[in-house]
Amino acid sequence: MTEQARLLDIYIMGRHCRVPEGLTILTALEYSGYRVVRGCGCRAGFCGACATIYNFKNDPRLRYDLACQKAVEADMCLVQIPFFPAAKAAYDLEKIKPNGAKILELYPDIVTCFGCNTCTKTCPQELEVMWFMSDALRGDIAAVAEKSFDCVMCGLCAARCPQGLVPYNVALLARRLYGRYLAPASAHVDERIAEIEAGAYDAAIDDLKQAPEAELRRQYAGRDMEPALEQQWE
Amino acid sequence: MYPAYLEENIHIVEDTRVRRLIEAVPRLDEAAKADLLRSYHPDYIATSMRELAVGVNKGDRAPVELADLLEGSSRITPDEIDPASPDYNVDVLVIGCGGAGASAALLAHAGGARVLVATKLRLGDANTVGAQAGTQAADRPEDSPAQHYLDTMGGGHFANIPDLVEVLVKDAPSAIKWLERLGVNWDKTPDGAMHELSGGGTSRRRLHSARDYTGLEEMRVLRDELTNKKIDYLEFAPAVELILDDRGQIAGAILLNLETEELLVVRARAIVLATGGIGRLHLQGFPTTNHYGATADGLVLAYRAGAGLIFIDTMQYHPTGAAYPLPILGQLVTEKVRTLGAQLVNGRGEQFVMPLEPRDVVASAIIRECGERGLGLRTPHGEAGVWLDSPMIDILRGEGTIARELPAMVRQFRRYNIDITREPILVYPTLHYQNGGIKIDTEGATVVPGLFAAGECTGGVHGRNRLIGNSTLDLFVFGRRAGAAAARYAKEVKRGHPTLEHVRRWQQELAQAGIAGERPVSPHLLPNYARRSRDHTRQEI
Repeated sequence: MTEQARLLDIYIMGRHCRVPEGLTILTALEYSGYRVVRGCGCRAGFCGACATIYNFKNDPRLRYDLACQKAVEADMCLVQIPFFPAAKAAYDLEKIKPNGAKILELYPDIVTCFGCNTCTKTCPQELEVMWFMSDALRGDIAAVAEKSFDCVMCGLCAARCPQGLVPYNVALLARRLYGRYLAPASAHVDERIAEIEAGAYDAAIDDLKQAPEAELRRQYAGRDMEPALEQQWE
Repeated sequence: MYPAYLEENIHIVEDTRVRRLIEAVPRLDEAAKADLLRSYHPDYIATSMRELAVGVNKGDRAPVELADLLEGSSRITPDEIDPASPDYNVDVLVIGCGGAGASAALLAHAGGARVLVATKLRLGDANTVGAQAGTQAADRPEDSPAQHYLDTMGGGHFANIPDLVEVLVKDAPSAIKWLERLGVNWDKTPDGAMHELSGGGTSRRRLHSARDYTGLEEMRVLRDELTNKKIDYLEFAPAVELILDDRGQIAGAILLNLETEELLVVRARAIVLATGGIGRLHLQGFPTTNHYGATADGLVLAYRAGAGLIFIDTMQYHPTGAAYPLPILGQLVTEKVRTLGAQLVNGRGEQFVMPLEPRDVVASAIIRECGERGLGLRTPHGEAGVWLDSPMIDILRGEGTIARELPAMVRQFRRYNIDITREPILVYPTLHYQNGGIKIDTEGATVVPGLFAAGECTGGVHGRNRLIGNSTLDLFVFGRRAGAAAARYAKEVKRGHPTLEHVRRWQQELAQAGIAGERPVSPHLLPNYARRSRDHTRQEI
């Protein structure tokens, strides 16, 4: 038998609702009769569609989170953010150089950051947003890529920035520049592509395709398995 | 934080760790695997399936929830819509915008086509972003595409379509390279070698990852590139019917603006369906890892237009969905946790399956452990589960490995005061992936001229069970192929007169089978989670 869940008082756009403990902000909205169209995506904390703000009945300070991840608490006041307008520079990755000047050219407003740190305090992923924005300003693309890596692009940083900056798009530019130009080249991938194009594996795959199922099963059962660990653990 | 009785059980798990450091559970042989699947896998529950009464696959078995939609009535009334007066007129319409749709749109655009992307939610709100573990490609010297072929066929129980698998494994390294040139950040060693991991059913380390945000990293780059290329798109505009012409070719689609509720007519020379999966149908009441819009729309549209489906009677239940805490019930705990060394352990602290067997085998073993054997645990909310012993990762690979390799998982559980570097995770299988789908050839073409498809909505390449890391690979390999092929086709096709005759014929077919009005309208579009009645107590998640 499962226990009867405790009911919590919450306020959805001002309307008083009672919902059982153990729901997220998103499922609390649905429990209260709302059918969500905007503001809901992967429902697992990865897509950033459900960025939301809330506060508590007796504490007006705004808080920020992903509606699908944050458990609902008593006296929460909830809203939905259907869409927030934010600038994105268009560029041809093949034609730009991986340097700080390019980031400044595409996002010139980043110089207006005055370090209020609201973006960092807003980030539901707990990223050091202001710090990677200052890395961007200094042209340290690798640092931006590293610090911003877990960004789900929910847009809350842009929604709260008093200067109208769009940290999540600046970070994406930096990560793409890093991946395209600055990450160490993987020679083994290029070599394998050349081998495949030269037909080096055609015969082996043809043999497998032609093999009767019993033979394929025999080969499958007899595969040698590479150890899962990079280095053998002793 | 776990409730006290579960914390107590964790002590038993901790006590067996030293023993488990050197304990290897043997791989099951083929006969033992088949037996386990037959007895415990949800696909084998006879009452969960029924034969389709209408359409190309009449007589084939499908899950009842899917069968209802495939036999559903159209959302439109053909007499009220003129398919010859379009709101949009393009060469290639891409329906759906996860990894497959975005790849198809980029390649169709590169092929010179005027492209429109229509998607039900926002660009990129798809199962792709939730893919955590990685993308397979046989590009290390110790590996080969032939080895990848063998692993994929075996994982799929040798039912896979060989031509599709050949293309999948041969295109894989170039798909990785294509993504890197677009700016995807792969995990690498300082000398440039890809940092690759094993997965369930792979005989080599072959998974390319981006921490445990692999799909997110792939998707945010592709989405950015779509906007850089200024490809037109419509969000919150799912397709509700395809339009054919009097020659039986694709002529466009009817979209529904979810907010204004108006119907839009798109004239298109070719269409790429990339609508993804089906998890939000909650087959057999399972929770799901899938995104909000995963309701089999593409299957319904294609089926009604005359395309065939394959392997729709086989679903993938991911072995490790979160069983606790309740707010994240059924959400994905990536297989990467097991590839890094975490073991599956029952309430006695014992291993009961080799953790890197293919997914259907591991899921069945967990169901057996919690069911017949009675060695699982139960949450305060009544959910069954076994332990996924994540702290073993840091013990095996060194302190800090979990934090570095699994930031999303650490973050997700930290919200609920569970530190997965110190405490195991309670897991149970969750509905994850549709192994089958629309039948395609190596260019993504269906039997309907001009109708292409790619990604999770298609079937064949994965046979009856998909391997880890082959789903995201499928998106880029077949998404790119379908997009390029659609652009080529659009250049050559001689257009006929657009009609909705096939929708009228469909409604007649339903009437002849005696099921007109018996089934819901379809496609389903979004699940109904809004609670309406006072006595509704079970919250679907």
